Amino acid sequence: MTDADSNADPPENDGQQFDRLPATADERVVPGRPTREEVVQWWDQRFGVPPETWDGHTFWEKGNGKIWAFAADVVSPIAVEGLGLRILRARQEHWKPSTNAVQRFCRDATENVVVLDGDEAACFARGDDQELPRWDGDWGYVVAAHEIAGDVEPIGVGLYLHGELRSTVPKGRREDLE
Amino acid sequence: MQPLERYASLVDDFDAFRAACERPLPSVVRVNTLKASIERAREALNAEGVAYEATDWHPGVLRLDERGPGTSWPYFHGWLHGQEEVSALPALALDPQPGEVVWDAAAAPGSKTTQLADLMDDEGVLVGNDNNLGRLSALRHNAERLGITNLVVTNQDARNFSFKPFGDRTDDAKRIEAFDKALVDAPCSCEGTIRKNPDALDRWSMTHVESVAGIQKGILRRAIQATKPGGTVVYSTCTFAPEENEAVLDHVLDEGDCEMREWDAPDGFETDPGVTEWDGETYDPSVELAHRVYPHRNDTGGFFCAKLEVTA
Repeated sequence: MTDADSNADPPENDGQQFDRLPATADERVVPGRPTREEVVQWWDQRFGVPPETWDGHTFWEKGNGKIWAFAADVVSPIAVEGLGLRILRARQEHWKPSTNAVQRFCRDATENVVVLDGDEAACFARGDDQELPRWDGDWGYVVAAHEIAGDVEPIGVGLYLHGELRSTVPKGRREDLE
Repeated sequence: MQPLERYASLVDDFDAFRAACERPLPSVVRVNTLKASIERAREALNAEGVAYEATDWHPGVLRLDERGPGTSWPYFHGWLHGQEEVSALPALALDPQPGEVVWDAAAAPGSKTTQLADLMDDEGVLVGNDNNLGRLSALRHNAERLGITNLVVTNQDARNFSFKPFGDRTDDAKRIEAFDKALVDAPCSCEGTIRKNPDALDRWSMTHVESVAGIQKGILRRAIQATKPGGTVVYSTCTFAPEENEAVLDHVLDEGDCEMREWDAPDGFETDPGVTEWDGETYDPSVELAHRVYPHRNDTGGFFCAKLEVTA
């Protein structure tokens, strides 16, 4: 899989297995596959997640552009059903973080964090979109957060466009918390 | 209730046992300390006016006054996971450490698996296996909601679990060929869940007990083979039938590659010893070190939990 000879077509992503991301572009074998460096930089640039956050994790791709973070290292490729936490959808113009990754890794995020009040947070958790003209930060994917038990806690991933905060909380995670 | 009458000779105060089995169970949640401290989770529940009482044997296992933990902010954040109180025992018995390689042979839907990850501080490799692909999606959903990143999910028949996906018999430095510890929370006749599922015994039959005991022996045998010498294997069920508990232990002890080990249940949690005689059979005397949990002792579901050490 990783040793394609020069006459063969370039290797493709195989949706049945996890492949460890190359560290840098120089080590990339599968075209279009993000590198570890790009993933770490993306979280840093978009949300201010410190690069050392990921020091203990390896990154993997299974399925087209679905990136997973795993707390140890194993052989690559590995044909299993799950490997750590799905953190990101890459291989598209705007990379999209997952709700679960934002909850776990964006507690110390400093950029593009929209702190919601009680009603707004409940609306977001229900999966509803809402007008939010007060946000004057970037458009695109943002961390929606609120204050709970003495600290700001990420709720999930919002998509901010044209004065509206869209909730991307997956159906199975939505709750009515009014 | 009828099948439970067969255990009258094993249980002190069988009337209290029977009465407990007829009461519904309280809703219980475990704090997921990978995402919030016990103090912070309790503070958030207090702020929302969710009434609870900590169990007297574990500050992070909370009995809720009302049913269903699903609709509260701390649950939404993955700070809490619904888990029957008694089912917190086997992970405590296994006592996995950060950095170890641990197997959960029958993992879905994952309340014990996610507790193992918490005890490992999300470090090391936790392999959560289940043969049922549908139930695996519940395991993945729960693990992701709780923010766990050290879990590898596999879909194999645990009786023939293969390390092939992990690079077994290659020279890859990252290969995994054995576990440090394993939990076999085996599929069973579920007699002890009667308080949660009033119809749990509707399809009870001796034939089913016997057939599931064969599966249990197969899974436990594989767990002992797949665990390094000196490693720990915990065997648990949510049933009372000695055929599925002590008899299964007796079977693997007889094969000689493991020994029973003493394990103290948490302070304040009352258990009964394993039985060495049942229905004309006698079992290895060391199975007394196992723990039987009867519903009337701690006002929980019924359970069985035993700790083994692999010797060869």
